[in-house]
Amino acid sequence: MPLVQLADLRVERKGGFALDIPSLEIGRGEILSLLGPNGCGKTTLLLAIAGLLPRRSGEILFDGERLPRALFPLRCRRRIAMVFQESLLLDATVWDNVAMGLRFRGVGRNAMVDKVTENLERFRIAPLRDRPARALSGGEARRTSLARAFAVEPELLLLDEPFASLDLPSREALVEDLEEALRRTRTTAVLATHDRTEALRLSDRMAVMDAGRILQIGPPERVMDCPAGALVACFMGVENVSPGRVVARKEPRLVVSVAGHEIEALGELSVGTEVTVSLRPEKVILSPCDGHQDNDLPMRIQRIVPMGPYHRVYLSGPFPRVAIVSHRDMEEQRLRIGQVVRVSFEASKVHLSP
Amino acid sequence: MDLIVEGLRKAFWLLVTLDPEVIRITLLSLRVSGTATLLSLTVGVSLGTAIGLSQFHGRGILVSIVNTGMGLPPVVVGLFVTVLVWRNGPLGFLGILYTPTAMIIAQAIIATPIIMGISLAAIQQLPVELRLQILALGATRLQMAWVLAKQARLPLLAAVMAGFGGVISEVGASMMVGGNIKGYSRVLTTATVMETSRGNFDMAIALSAILLLLAYLITIALTYVQQRGRP
Repeated sequence: MPLVQLADLRVERKGGFALDIPSLEIGRGEILSLLGPNGCGKTTLLLAIAGLLPRRSGEILFDGERLPRALFPLRCRRRIAMVFQESLLLDATVWDNVAMGLRFRGVGRNAMVDKVTENLERFRIAPLRDRPARALSGGEARRTSLARAFAVEPELLLLDEPFASLDLPSREALVEDLEEALRRTRTTAVLATHDRTEALRLSDRMAVMDAGRILQIGPPERVMDCPAGALVACFMGVENVSPGRVVARKEPRLVVSVAGHEIEALGELSVGTEVTVSLRPEKVILSPCDGHQDNDLPMRIQRIVPMGPYHRVYLSGPFPRVAIVSHRDMEEQRLRIGQVVRVSFEASKVHLSP
Repeated sequence: MDLIVEGLRKAFWLLVTLDPEVIRITLLSLRVSGTATLLSLTVGVSLGTAIGLSQFHGRGILVSIVNTGMGLPPVVVGLFVTVLVWRNGPLGFLGILYTPTAMIIAQAIIATPIIMGISLAAIQQLPVELRLQILALGATRLQMAWVLAKQARLPLLAAVMAGFGGVISEVGASMMVGGNIKGYSRVLTTATVMETSRGNFDMAIALSAILLLLAYLITIALTYVQQRGRP
């Protein structure tokens, strides 16, 4: 039985529907990421699951127990912990903050010391135990709020943008520590984030949301490679998205007309079907010599944007429009602006959504 | 100028010699105003926190009534309590008119809206997310209210100071319900008014100086508690 089950959940905020989830199940030990633009309902969904936001209609079952519309009973709330986007620490020491949830539960002194110490060490903040929370840096405060949540050993952990507004090194280190903590404790978690790389790294499943609805849910690789529509594609960084139409079948391939080109893709669609064609930019291969793969198109390089170890290469054609090329490939192939290159991609990498 | 200097000298002398009447008046002032502040603190902080954390129809009207109450004129409160405990009044059977008990009731009525209003504002200024965070860590509503009150301790102590300052310095209500009876219900403010009306300015100045000193010492103590641990 899943740990959390939502059915026909509708939540209203400020007079309008903020959430409309026909069905969602979260398995035990699963880490589910919620991705989507600002205001898409990620935080609202977390608050609803935590029982901190009254719902208009629908059901929420936690461990098989049907929960009331308003604040959940204490016995349920004490099996769930939530970390908010802000650290929201109390004006007390780091130790007192981490011990807070345990004090609410009336945990004995010795057990409390053990649990607090364990989590201070887990999140590498043991040396800060006596420091006032208001004197912490952003990263330290974030670690304290995570240690506080883990200290109560929740069965379900709800994380709302836990890495927001952290600098890159702090973020990387914290993602690593959180990943370790989640895997070691086998805690079921729901993570709301903007960052698809964090979601890819941490989650077993990924849900992309917009306007209070889940547009697509599935394993991260599936959502990344086969976005269900232009909006998901856009949010998942699939920059090559274009409308197309299946014009022929060449078993096992389909010929799709996209922006004046004919490309090959895999699928089971019938001729004449209107589709959204998407292709991840890192799946596009650029070569100065003759192409040897499927979908071989000549195009001119219009712009090259360096992005650390990668380069984003903008092409003259409408599809594909962007390719991501490693720094090494750029140097080896001596790609430059204005150059005509062969653009190719495997038919299996093209995703068609009707 | 001589009058003021003489008054201050007399105040110093009265304190140094531990004048029994002055000590009695001072102790009664402390007892009446301290008890009234404690009562107001209990009621004011509880209700202020409850209103601050609640959402209900008519809340805005209630908050405006509380805020209006922060400026409640002591003489109006004195009149109200006098009528209430007057021999033929609804609480006349208690027989507490012209007693320190009646003064405590009157002062508590004056201080409660002050403490309630400041408590309410203090709780409201805490981020809403903090309430949710506390609940999300498994707190009962009572635990949440307690934690929030502790978080708002700086403005809450300011509320205590404002409440105590309001009642230790008021004279109208104490005079009306206490009667300024020598050795029984005479406090620093009522004694000051009486001595001034008699033309005993040196004694009035002495009593005022003691009142100021008392208010200052108590405020210093509360400020110390409030600011303890601040960077």
